Amino acid sequence: MNQRKAVLPMSARYLINAALCLALILGLKGLSASGLLSDYFTKILILVGINIILAVSLNVATGYLGQLPLGHAGFMAVGAYTGGIFLKSVNAAAMSGAPLVLTIAAAILLSGAVAALFGVIIGVPALRLKGDYLAIITLGFGEIIRVVITNIDSVLGFDFTYGASGLKRIPKFTGALNVFLCVVMTCLVIHMVMKSRHGRSILSIRENEIAAESCGVNTTFYKVMAFTMSAFFAGVAGCLYAGNLGSLQPGGFGFMKSIEILVMVVLGGMGSMLGSVVSATVLTILPEALRSFDRYRMVVYSAALILMMIFKPSGLFGDYDFSLSRILEKLGVGKKPAGKEDAR
Amino acid sequence: MKRYNENTRLVPVPSTSVIPDRDVGKLPILECRHLGIDFGGLTAVSDFNLTIGRTEIAGLIGPNGAGKTTVFNLLTKVYQPTRGIIMLDGVDTAGMTTAQVNHAGIARTFQNIRLFSRLSVMDNVLIGLQDSMSYSLPAAILRLPSYWKQEKVARERALELLSIFDMADLADHEAGSLPYGAQRRLEIVRALGTNPSLLLLDEPAAGMNPSETAELMENIVKIRDTFQIAVMLIEHDMSLVMNICEGICVLNFGKVIAKGTAADIQNNPDVIEAYLGKRKEGE
Ligand SMILES: Nc1ncnc2c1ncn2[C@@H]1O[C@H](COP(=O)(O)OP(=O)(O)OP(=O)(O)O)[C@@H](O)[C@H]1O
Ligand SMILES: [Mg+2]
Repeated sequence: MNQRKAVLPMSARYLINAALCLALILGLKGLSASGLLSDYFTKILILVGINIILAVSLNVATGYLGQLPLGHAGFMAVGAYTGGIFLKSVNAAAMSGAPLVLTIAAAILLSGAVAALFGVIIGVPALRLKGDYLAIITLGFGEIIRVVITNIDSVLGFDFTYGASGLKRIPKFTGALNVFLCVVMTCLVIHMVMKSRHGRSILSIRENEIAAESCGVNTTFYKVMAFTMSAFFAGVAGCLYAGNLGSLQPGGFGFMKSIEILVMVVLGGMGSMLGSVVSATVLTILPEALRSFDRYRMVVYSAALILMMIFKPSGLFGDYDFSLSRILEKLGVGKKPAGKEDAR
Repeated sequence: MKRYNENTRLVPVPSTSVIPDRDVGKLPILECRHLGIDFGGLTAVSDFNLTIGRTEIAGLIGPNGAGKTTVFNLLTKVYQPTRGIIMLDGVDTAGMTTAQVNHAGIARTFQNIRLFSRLSVMDNVLIGLQDSMSYSLPAAILRLPSYWKQEKVARERALELLSIFDMADLADHEAGSLPYGAQRRLEIVRALGTNPSLLLLDEPAAGMNPSETAELMENIVKIRDTFQIAVMLIEHDMSLVMNICEGICVLNFGKVIAKGTAADIQNNPDVIEAYLGKRKEGE
């Protein structure tokens, strides 16, 4: 057993990934500057990015934690309305330069935080119970949020969500670049958490709850943590969504939206971030490419789900995750560790 | 073997426990009094009294369905006892959760292996070791020095624990892909990671061949000697139990029918009738 794999040092791995992100950002900037990126294409890129964030964040609760939330669109709605109302009330439309950037960042974080707060409020009672209560409770939450937003058009005389007529004239701040940054940050933060003691505790609950508890893992705490993290990024996606459309209708955050996100996660492979990214991308572009297909989308989704459950229940990618460094290591880049062979 | 020193008892309750000489006069690691649980109408365990010395290897035996695993589930609070008291290192564990009991010092393995089977061997042990790390969530996200330092120490510790069973070179394998015997050993390593003072092993030799069992036996003694902890094991392999257990408790229909050393147990007529006798009939 002297055949040791080549290993890249951690710092080199981070450098490679940072360089890759920078290259993508510069590429994106270059493309939009040269006018090669049409408005239509930019719109699709933005939608893809928002859906990636939604899928990757839902994957935390389904793939990593092993729960089945059915109200992800509810958290998205909370984030969207929080961001929209915040941006309108600080009059972001009149800003420019650094204050605008800061305001946008604040709006995104605030949207995530408020969605996360809802995550805690729903998660604590639902996740303390053993069993699949979360599915039912989040299902209810998703619907309740939509109905509440529709009906509290004003609070104490202040205009609030504008109810069914919709929240309009939200500053349209969302562009391909800031969506891309949010996608990278979302994936990065989730990755960092999952490769830590916190992430391992979350995974252990999915794998075997009783064993996790016997190992001293405070399962309720980590369940709520994962669920809250999932809600946070759904809120972020909601804020970007609000800044993309410029107006919000409560109807857009229904049960079907939650299911659409869930389909992305399941098709991609529960527990695979790469799977969520790929299937969110494909399932966003496909209906755009095949306009006439839109009518049959839900039918095709259900059919695809059933086929997937029959032939590859673990999803497209199982729980495989992409790692550039690992591929480089396979190719033999990096030095062989000189570590002692003390296994015997 | 001596009778347990009555002066160190917390509450005077008559006990018939035998504990090894070296543990006499010290606070026992575990003391159960009148422990019992009912499942609906079925009394699975009743009036279970047991005292385990700080470095004792104790055995819990009995025919199938006697309630042995249920006793472990009571000790680790997977089930809340209907009656009785569990004192762990002098502390009453009433109201504690499974995780809290683990923090207080009980670690266990399972009769039907419960590994985190889709995670690597290393991750399995690291989850056992998670209490040895204390970095915060922001420290993890920002990869602060505390993250690197504690992860490094934990990983080294994990390899060290794995090497007890010569498993350090399996660290990158998926736990579920290991052979059966290795999975049982990994469960023990993971349990040791939580730094227990009492290790509960539920049929650790099940499914192992005789040479693996002999090796396991040596390792259990080695673990007790190096970590200076108490071990309590459920086992159907009589040679293992009689060889390494200093005190043995026999359970039948949820009741303790005998307690004592291997010699006491082997000659106890009740045990022979309830347990060994039954076996002969079956053959
Ligand atoms: N959760 C439960 N609900 C109802 N009855 C239970 C439960 N757990 C255990 N029992 C019953 O308690 C009794 C003891 O079971 P236990 O698993 O403790 O036996 P055991 O001594 O470990 O047997 P084995 O040697 O087969 O592992 C059995 O009759 C079993 O059916
Ligand atoms: Mg059992």
